[in-house]
Amino acid sequence: MTNTTAAKQQKLISEGDSGALRSRSPWRDATGRLMRNKASVTGLVIILFFTLLTIFAPQIAPHNPLQLNSGQGFLPPSWVEESGNGTKGIPDYPLGTDTLGRDALSRIIYGARVSMIVGFAPTAIILLMGTFVGMMAGYYGGRWDNFLMRLTDIMYGFPDLLFFIITLVALRDTWIGEFMNGLFLLFLALAVVNWVGVARLVRGQVLSLKEKEFVEAARSIGAKDSRIMMKHLLPNILGPIIVQGSFAIPSMIITEAILGYLGLGLKPTTDPEAFFITSWGSLLLEGQSAINAQPYLLLAPAICVALVVLAFTFVGDGLRDALDPRMRGTQ
Amino acid sequence: MASSENNILLKVEDLKMHFPIYKGLIRRQVGAVHAVDGISFDVMRGETLGLVGESGCGKSTTGRAILQLYKPTAGKIVFDGTNLVSLKSEDMRLMRRKMQMIFQDPYASLNPRMTVGEIVGEPLLVHNIASGREVDEQVAHLLEIVKLNPSFSTRYPHEFSGGQRQRIGIARSLALHPSFIVCDEPISALDVSIQAQVVNLLEELQEQFNLTYLFIAHDLSMVRHISNRIAVMYLGVIVELADRDTLYEKPLHPYSQALLSAVPIPDPFAESKHKRTILQGDVPSPVNPPSGCRFRTRCPIAESVCAESRPEFRELNPGHFVACHFADRFL
Repeated sequence: MTNTTAAKQQKLISEGDSGALRSRSPWRDATGRLMRNKASVTGLVIILFFTLLTIFAPQIAPHNPLQLNSGQGFLPPSWVEESGNGTKGIPDYPLGTDTLGRDALSRIIYGARVSMIVGFAPTAIILLMGTFVGMMAGYYGGRWDNFLMRLTDIMYGFPDLLFFIITLVALRDTWIGEFMNGLFLLFLALAVVNWVGVARLVRGQVLSLKEKEFVEAARSIGAKDSRIMMKHLLPNILGPIIVQGSFAIPSMIITEAILGYLGLGLKPTTDPEAFFITSWGSLLLEGQSAINAQPYLLLAPAICVALVVLAFTFVGDGLRDALDPRMRGTQ
Repeated sequence: MASSENNILLKVEDLKMHFPIYKGLIRRQVGAVHAVDGISFDVMRGETLGLVGESGCGKSTTGRAILQLYKPTAGKIVFDGTNLVSLKSEDMRLMRRKMQMIFQDPYASLNPRMTVGEIVGEPLLVHNIASGREVDEQVAHLLEIVKLNPSFSTRYPHEFSGGQRQRIGIARSLALHPSFIVCDEPISALDVSIQAQVVNLLEELQEQFNLTYLFIAHDLSMVRHISNRIAVMYLGVIVELADRDTLYEKPLHPYSQALLSAVPIPDPFAESKHKRTILQGDVPSPVNPPSGCRFRTRCPIAESVCAESRPEFRELNPGHFVACHFADRFL
């Protein structure tokens, strides 16, 4: 990355271009700053790693995560000589096995699928929904604004966890609750609660931007409202929206883990054809029941959750700094 | 008389622009800012009408209300025979081809996320005048007209100085070949050395494209340089309107007299003998303007009649309008 930039500049200078520094768009500027942030790059690498895990889980996982191995339950990780219950780890099961003798590593690899999708899918929904509502409220103002903002106030005031538990339990056996093993309902519940923050952010940004002279200029040349929103407002608030989204992802992952731990959300399946087999939250729940005998069953998924959440937070931090307009043009 | 009627490009009749003030939980209207409170004037084809007054007197509001960037509270704005106030929004959008605006702050009036080419070419796209390569060609031509290098079109606004940015804004306003341009303090944010360049450019463009300007400013010497006729505003009303030379040599309204006496004379001997009228007090709040004559609270010649009745905006000499009960004294 750095090499190619340097090479490009070298080329420009050698060409004797008087305007040596080529004009760079604000977005490319920000990407450059993000790539110079070590923590963010580390975060991106970790995210990439787990993303690959989720996609190639069947190829990577050493065992079938659903395969029971009688007599080989509760094995410790392969490097443990003697565990609490006196068993010895074997290389076949690098992270040991659970009560039923299922391979812990394979289950964690498959569990990553849920955490990654739960990070991205509801976040995509809340960004779209929040941006739309916030934009309408901020741009048109008046009654629309009042109505939408009171609605968001109500959503904001309701205790999140209580809402998740009530909806997930109440709708558990309906078709919505059955769809995607309960994941779809989880996405919806997460989205319903979290779009409010995005809507407020976008509304605030639009309120301050729409008084700017360049928006007035767009109106005075006869641009339609839709064009003003898409061409003039949206690109200028995309930075804060992206940052908000990047911080929403880890909070979604954590919430899924909490709900999984409470036994809600994804229903663990025994269907080998299912795409989502287990989640880190469910693994935590299974692991904590054996905390004395086999602490690795709890530790391993906990470390994975922490790692992914940290990675997304680092990237979010980096994005916030990179997209800060006051940083524009700095190396 | 008929020929002079034909010569009128823009006729403003009793224009009022009040901004409501809301307070409390249910947002009850508790008052209004009387930003513009009943002004009438004509703008002739091909002339420059200067509009001067101190900050907050409603100059910019007048300009924006004429372009329908604000919906006026009352009054008529007749442009080329069409009353803009009663136009439907789509008809007004098409009307905007003929009337454009140059903004005060060259840093706020250009969208930071768009290239110069996109900014200058946007009016062409909005009105479907050109597409594809034609836009690029016209943008290059427009940049040449305002004496910028056409190769700048791929750059972003933050790469330019204030004067260059203002030229970009001027190029954008010329893209639709308007006949009327509202210049809202186009030079007040620029360095003095750049001001003259931009004013000269505006004058050249006026000649080249047969433009009519409404030139809003608070720099009296600059207004004198560029205007054919000048209107003086105070607290939402026009107090005096006359030919440039008449106004500067023989102002009839006490406010114009005080305003003009504040212009420094670049000759120390003359300056030492120069008598200055210094007004007492501050400009009253436009939320609660004084009864009768707006200027009576600070007027050196005010009498009781000034509090009772609002002075008529009358034509004292041919083409010289004054709103003062006692203007005859200065004839």
